[in-house]
Amino acid sequence: MSQGNMNLTLKVWRQKNSQTSGKFVTYKAEGISPDMSFLEMLDVVNESLTRKGDEPIYFDHDCREGICGSCSLYINGRPHGPKRAITTCQLHMRSFSDGETITIEPWRSAAFPVIKDLGTDRSAFDRIQQAGGFISVNTGGAQDANAILIPKVVADEAFNSATCIQCGACVAACKNASAMLFVSAKITQLGLLPQGQPERYSRVQSMVAQMDAEGFGNCTNTGACEAECPKEITLMNIGRMNNDYYSAKLFREERAHEHTGGEN
Amino acid sequence: MSLDAKIPQGPLAEKWSKHKFNLKLVNPANKRKYDVIVVGTGLAGASAAASLAELGYNVKSFCFQDSPRRAHSIAAQGGINAAKNYQNDGDSVYRLFYDTIKGGDYRAREGNVYRLAEVSVNIIDQCVAQGVPFAREYGGLLDNRSFGGSQVSRTFYARGQTGQQLLLGAFSALNRQINLGKVKMYTRTEMLDVVIIDGHAKGIVTRNLITGAIETHSGHAVLLATGGYGNVFYLSTNAIGSNVTAAWRAHKRGAYFANPCYTQIHPTCIPVTGDHQSKLTLMSESLRNDGRVWAPKTKEIAEKLRKKEITAAQVKEDERDYFLERKYPSFGNLVPRDVASRNAKEMADEGKGVGTSGLAVYLDFAEAIERMGEDTVRAKYGNLFDMYYQITDENPYKQPMRIYPAVHYTMGGLWVDYNLSTNVPGLYAMGECNFSDHGANRLGASALMQGLSDGYFVIPYTLGDYLATIGPKPVDKNHPAFEKTKQDVIAYNNKLLALKGNKTVVEYHRELGHIMWEYCGMARTAEGLTKAKAMIKALKADFWKNAILTGENDEVNAALERAGRVADFIELGELMVTDALNRNESCGGHFRLESQTEEGEALRDDENYAYVAAWEFRGEDQEEVLHKEELVFENVKLTQRSYK
Repeated sequence: MSQGNMNLTLKVWRQKNSQTSGKFVTYKAEGISPDMSFLEMLDVVNESLTRKGDEPIYFDHDCREGICGSCSLYINGRPHGPKRAITTCQLHMRSFSDGETITIEPWRSAAFPVIKDLGTDRSAFDRIQQAGGFISVNTGGAQDANAILIPKVVADEAFNSATCIQCGACVAACKNASAMLFVSAKITQLGLLPQGQPERYSRVQSMVAQMDAEGFGNCTNTGACEAECPKEITLMNIGRMNNDYYSAKLFREERAHEHTGGEN
Repeated sequence: MSLDAKIPQGPLAEKWSKHKFNLKLVNPANKRKYDVIVVGTGLAGASAAASLAELGYNVKSFCFQDSPRRAHSIAAQGGINAAKNYQNDGDSVYRLFYDTIKGGDYRAREGNVYRLAEVSVNIIDQCVAQGVPFAREYGGLLDNRSFGGSQVSRTFYARGQTGQQLLLGAFSALNRQINLGKVKMYTRTEMLDVVIIDGHAKGIVTRNLITGAIETHSGHAVLLATGGYGNVFYLSTNAIGSNVTAAWRAHKRGAYFANPCYTQIHPTCIPVTGDHQSKLTLMSESLRNDGRVWAPKTKEIAEKLRKKEITAAQVKEDERDYFLERKYPSFGNLVPRDVASRNAKEMADEGKGVGTSGLAVYLDFAEAIERMGEDTVRAKYGNLFDMYYQITDENPYKQPMRIYPAVHYTMGGLWVDYNLSTNVPGLYAMGECNFSDHGANRLGASALMQGLSDGYFVIPYTLGDYLATIGPKPVDKNHPAFEKTKQDVIAYNNKLLALKGNKTVVEYHRELGHIMWEYCGMARTAEGLTKAKAMIKALKADFWKNAILTGENDEVNAALERAGRVADFIELGELMVTDALNRNESCGGHFRLESQTEEGEALRDDENYAYVAAWEFRGEDQEEVLHKEELVFENVKLTQRSYK
């Protein structure tokens, strides 16, 4: 094990499962190198816990390069820790100082129940997308890709919204546990593109209805979501979503996707 | 069993069309009577599940992540190839086919590779129709860039997140089918075995990663799209959870494992800093479009750089060796990955490596910034530069990046025929988890292409042929094979949970990784491989004696998950070494030091090794048996690969 010079105190939320209540437990993290990522620091702590026969701390993680959206963690009161525009897996220990006490908690939102320790269930996000976050096109009959012209500025704008990694930091940061930044990013991406026009207004209605059903709160324009989003998705998306939503409600109420369980 | 690849007869360009016509169809009214299991939700799995559901089959889709959108395809950065020739630079289906065959060092099937090139053009159309925001020109047309191993610009991209955007396209198609009720999605569910009845795959055994419940699922066919096994090396660019378990357990139930020794080492990764490191991060190959790779000309300068007595900027132009441009003038920095990787290693081996460890060379953008301006460079590669800065704390706009090769992709995998069927009827393998299409080395931007090709455009046709043959009779869920296989899995997990030794599973994994990298990594020798084989055997014995596991089965237990995967990696590691030892030639990503040209390039032995090595499992602790599928080349002439 490569040795570093940092010694830290960790206050970690431990919770056996969704049925039990949790509590903070204090651990020492010693000999930590500033080059370690935050998750590698937790790996080191977990290795020593395992060797002692103790249960390692559970946390969600996978790609460890800031793109899969698995990692979460509330670090010292902020989703993904103290730095802007990165995920927890991209946070390195050089951002902390020797002797520091670090508090680590899971995402806080009723719609994201804790599974174990620091891991939460974010499947509500999937269900919102299943409600209409797609373009209805079957495989095999698409026209030539260059037959659909999209101005570069529009494509770039759609791309900016499409960079959302579905991590849930926006919900965790929001005092209302609102999912509107996440939902609006998908609605904006598809709403900007010509391919997304046919279902534009039914999509926004279906997705917003599902978002409400999942128990997420409303948006009060505090902007914490934008401030904590690792991919810098902007509040502009929420504006676009609201615009589409009210247009749909006032002028274009369409039948939302209602084919759950039906034949294709 | 003979290995029939079922490549259709006839001219190359007509094989797939003819084959599609000859494949049996399932009547639309009968499709709803079939259940299909798809394991894995990356590009291959998600696209297959969605496309099969669109056709009318009932699909059960499984992934170990909490959402299908987190499959590791998400992390692919650079792009996806397609022979669209939008650039008018001489691209064609045949050229993409040729580049891929040559890039793979003539160890792939002509028929498969041609089909891949042929459907590549449809993939882009499909993705655009789904709303994938590819990069565009100001006129609204799609933009392209070039990638290693090719001299045309055929790579479509979405900034440095092409994998994420393509996967989100497939994910949205999947979500639509979930909404329609045609796909039942099982997340946080890991496949641990395959159920075989009368020689046909009829189901799987899974563990629910939240409750620990061991469950069985039946289907008329089982499709594996579970990715590659690069994590056998411990450190790789793969996600931490990427594993070989589903494919390996299928192998132990009879599916042949092909060409396991073919590993792709990617030249442009961020170098290792210490033993704490859990993974390596890739910097897209597209960086080599504008970045220039160099090392100091002398050991003395390298030494000064390592000790930080001087900075890279202080090394004068005539003291720098742009070794790729010097040795390969026509391809320059865009030589294929195996060539670039070996040359970087050579620099480090000669004492010309930079960085504290000496295991790095420079990827320098100074000239590009001067030529195009910092803003243009930022627009093209900004997110990659930011990522580099986060990890290294060094600003790549001000000083060159340090890069070194790392394990990235595995070309080996389950043996499949032209229909993507393994030798076990009803068991299919798609994307990186099969062995086909790339040969001994994979060209950049072609992994995404193969994943989507298999899922959107191959399996929807070929699976129907099998399903029509077996008929829509429901699978007998009460067949004793289901319970028997389930009990086998429970017994295996209990054996793991009973391990109360003193060494963690991660330590075993790291040790395996060291053995594999040292002896079965960028360069291999018969002596080293023989040694590695004995070391892995010893490691395996030690694992089953001294490993420590905590927790129980019926709860969230990451240690148990990891232990099962590491146990499988150890067994696969031994097979990789066996395969590498057998292949007494160099080709692509498999470089045997005993077999090289005078110029140090990989020297093939076509007379003796122009075959696919497919290994058959014969029982615990028994040597696997080698089956050979001879490769037939009717359209390309096998030549020494040259990128000069």
